[in-house]
Amino acid sequence: MADSGGPEAAQLSSNDPKGELGDVIPEEARSLLRKMEISVAEAEKRTGKNAVNMLETYTVYLIETRRVDSSAENQNFSPDSLWRRYSEFELLRNYLLVTYPFVIVPPLPEKRAEFVWHKLSADNMDPDFVERRRIGLENFLLRVASHPILSNDKIFYDFLTEENGWKEEVMETGFQPKLFILADSRLKALNATFRVKNPDKRFTELKHYSDELQSVTSQLLRVRARVADRLYGVYKVHGNYGRVFSEWSAIEREMGDGLQSAGHHMDAYAASIDDILEEEENYADQLKEYLFYAEALKAVCRKHELLQYELETAAQDLMSKKQQREELASGTVRTFSLKGMTSKLFGQETPEQREAKMRVLEEQIQEGEELLQEKKTECDEYVRNAWSDMERFTVQKDRDLREAMISYAVMQISMCKKGIQVWTNAKECFSKM
Amino acid sequence: MSSNLTAAGFPTQALTGEMLELDEDDDLEVFSKDVTLTDGSSVSASLPTSPSSMTNQYRFEEESDARDIFVTVDNPESHVTALETFITYRVVTKTTRSDFDSCEYEVRRRYQDFLWLRDRLEETHPTLIVHPLPEKFVMKGMVERFNNDFIETRRKALHKFLCRIAEHSILSCNADFKIFLTAQAWELTSHKKQGPGLLSRMGDTVRAVAASVRGVKNRPEEFVAMQEYVDTFSQRMGSLDKVTQRIFKEMKEYLDDLKQYGPTYVLWSGSEEELVEPLKGVAGCIDKCCQATEEQLSQMSDNLVPLLHEYVLCSDTIKAVLRRRDNIQTEYEAKYDILVNKQADREALTETEDLSIMLGRLLGKVPEEARQQQEQRLHGQIEELKGEVEKLEDKVECANSALKGDWERWQSKMRGDVKAGFVSTAQKNIDYHEKCLAVWESFLTSVNADQSVEKSAGLNS
Repeated sequence: MADSGGPEAAQLSSNDPKGELGDVIPEEARSLLRKMEISVAEAEKRTGKNAVNMLETYTVYLIETRRVDSSAENQNFSPDSLWRRYSEFELLRNYLLVTYPFVIVPPLPEKRAEFVWHKLSADNMDPDFVERRRIGLENFLLRVASHPILSNDKIFYDFLTEENGWKEEVMETGFQPKLFILADSRLKALNATFRVKNPDKRFTELKHYSDELQSVTSQLLRVRARVADRLYGVYKVHGNYGRVFSEWSAIEREMGDGLQSAGHHMDAYAASIDDILEEEENYADQLKEYLFYAEALKAVCRKHELLQYELETAAQDLMSKKQQREELASGTVRTFSLKGMTSKLFGQETPEQREAKMRVLEEQIQEGEELLQEKKTECDEYVRNAWSDMERFTVQKDRDLREAMISYAVMQISMCKKGIQVWTNAKECFSKM
Repeated sequence: MSSNLTAAGFPTQALTGEMLELDEDDDLEVFSKDVTLTDGSSVSASLPTSPSSMTNQYRFEEESDARDIFVTVDNPESHVTALETFITYRVVTKTTRSDFDSCEYEVRRRYQDFLWLRDRLEETHPTLIVHPLPEKFVMKGMVERFNNDFIETRRKALHKFLCRIAEHSILSCNADFKIFLTAQAWELTSHKKQGPGLLSRMGDTVRAVAASVRGVKNRPEEFVAMQEYVDTFSQRMGSLDKVTQRIFKEMKEYLDDLKQYGPTYVLWSGSEEELVEPLKGVAGCIDKCCQATEEQLSQMSDNLVPLLHEYVLCSDTIKAVLRRRDNIQTEYEAKYDILVNKQADREALTETEDLSIMLGRLLGKVPEEARQQQEQRLHGQIEELKGEVEKLEDKVECANSALKGDWERWQSKMRGDVKAGFVSTAQKNIDYHEKCLAVWESFLTSVNADQSVEKSAGLNS
């Protein structure tokens, strides 16, 4: 799935000294994957006591890493491995979200099975679901490892290599309170009073795109699941032909053999749908990844909105302070203030008082200017970084989805060919009757 | 009415023997090679009753491979009267038979007329297997009463019905059949009214009911086997019919959902730039697959479903034929029992003295005369009964051999139909998958072509 990364990429990069594959694998991305192969090799069920001392069953995943030395010919380093559970992956991702808010952070595979067509189990313990989740987690790690910025993160590296103490390490970064801020920004986005006066047009468009992407991929997944369900029904009913042909063949002399063997082919036809739909789940998973990516896109937009809002607020505060200074200097009261009212009611201030006030204001203005500058820089830098990641993401998305559709077509072709095969065999049996 | 048939069906037996053999030759040419010939005819040649049927027989011997009568049913037309709306079909006959005045006929017939013909054929030939007609009403089916698909399906079934009659060596010579093919509308109507009266038909029915209540005593082994076969066959056909209708239903629901699937990709393409082509491509493929599925559905309801339906009806027909054969045998057995009883009575009379005669002697009556009278009376009854029993015995033999011959014939036709039907169904499924395959393959080609164009453009820039 993540074909911009992965063990193949590591080997590719070692065969590509001139870097002609540069446009496929960004320069920086080769850094982590150059050094190591990453895979989620296995999944296992565990039982243990949880935080409230209750017994629970959960699944752990084996992360294997192996050092790859691009110069050496023989790469027989033994792999290191450690076990992690899904909640730890979530911890890692939340940390990345907070630490690199301008990055479109790769999504995790879904926590619970959704868009399930009816024969597929919605049970989290179901082996097929666990297997697909294992693949999804591996994909997540490879995506992070091939990201120019994320792959250099130490916490990520330790996640892959340090079994013990990683949890404490990530907590110590203090990312969790910041997570609340991110959540808070989500609430703010819903709040009508939170409004940005001069929204960046590009980000507005990006927000619209992410909404559209989210809505269309979820619709697509829903319809696909329904279609899969129906197709399953069509194939399975053909199995009844097998049964009836077999029963019928018992009373026929000349046609008996033909009917019997045709019946076997009908059984085979009915059985073939299981594998076909199993494979199609991979396509659904690829779509789901981008459904979740849409959410990550939205998070980036929201963060930008937040920064923009803070910038505008800072600018506004500064402007009002400057206005106050002007009024103080000229003696006119243009803006309403309680001080102004009280001074009117209770008498004017002394020149010393005014002096003091002026000094305070000047200080505040100075701070305000600095804050504004900070915010401006923060915002500009954010926009720059976010936009660069957006461009990287767009290239990746276009490539991945195109590949997904091609592989979908390949699946359809294979399904048609199987159908042709079965019916050709059946036709032959009928012809020999 | 039919000149070929007397009460005992005697001449028919001869014609059955000769004609069926020739008919088998006809079949051999068209269908499978391993049709077993009828075992029936250990019948001595008998004089046919009419010169024309003799001519027919000779002609068959000369042109054993040629059929000399062809019938088609086409051109359905709707007729609206004050009382009803109905459909008539054009029936065209082309024939070289000498007992037809012309070699080409064209008439219009409605469903009722076909029903009448079939009833007449069954009455005249109770133990021949007359092909069933399409059902009068289609219940919760996939078609409504007067829509075009329904009319076309019915037309095809009516055509097949008449063809089967025309191909049948005995049925094709039936006089009612000839009138059906040739008479003007008013002629047919008046002919229909001449049929066996209501009373005589009621008499037949009463006899049939009485016979079936009594039950047949020694059903010959081959008919026992036939009954078992038909019972099982009928169940299997019913199951196949149900399975096929279920597949149709599932596929229809699949198609309904599939129709929403393509447009979702188009919707998506509205938000994208680079992905527009592949997204629209996938949508296009799905839409084309929808079309292929529609075609598959309509051919299913045109071909396989009517075929299975037809053979469900055939099983019912054969069950009725077996019942009628049983009734004929029962009638004979009943008469035979009466004869045996009468003969026993006569035995009793000659061997032992009747008590009443003894009494008569004692009382001074003339016993000899009374006894002789009774003996004569019994003798008369017995002779009459013997004649009737002989006729009924012949009737049973005719019925049996007619059915035996027709059974082989029917089985071979059935095998031919079934084989052709299933081969065609398999082919249609192959075609369906091949259509879809071509659609997706061309998508792949165009998508990969785009990609290589882009790549070369990238390298050149």
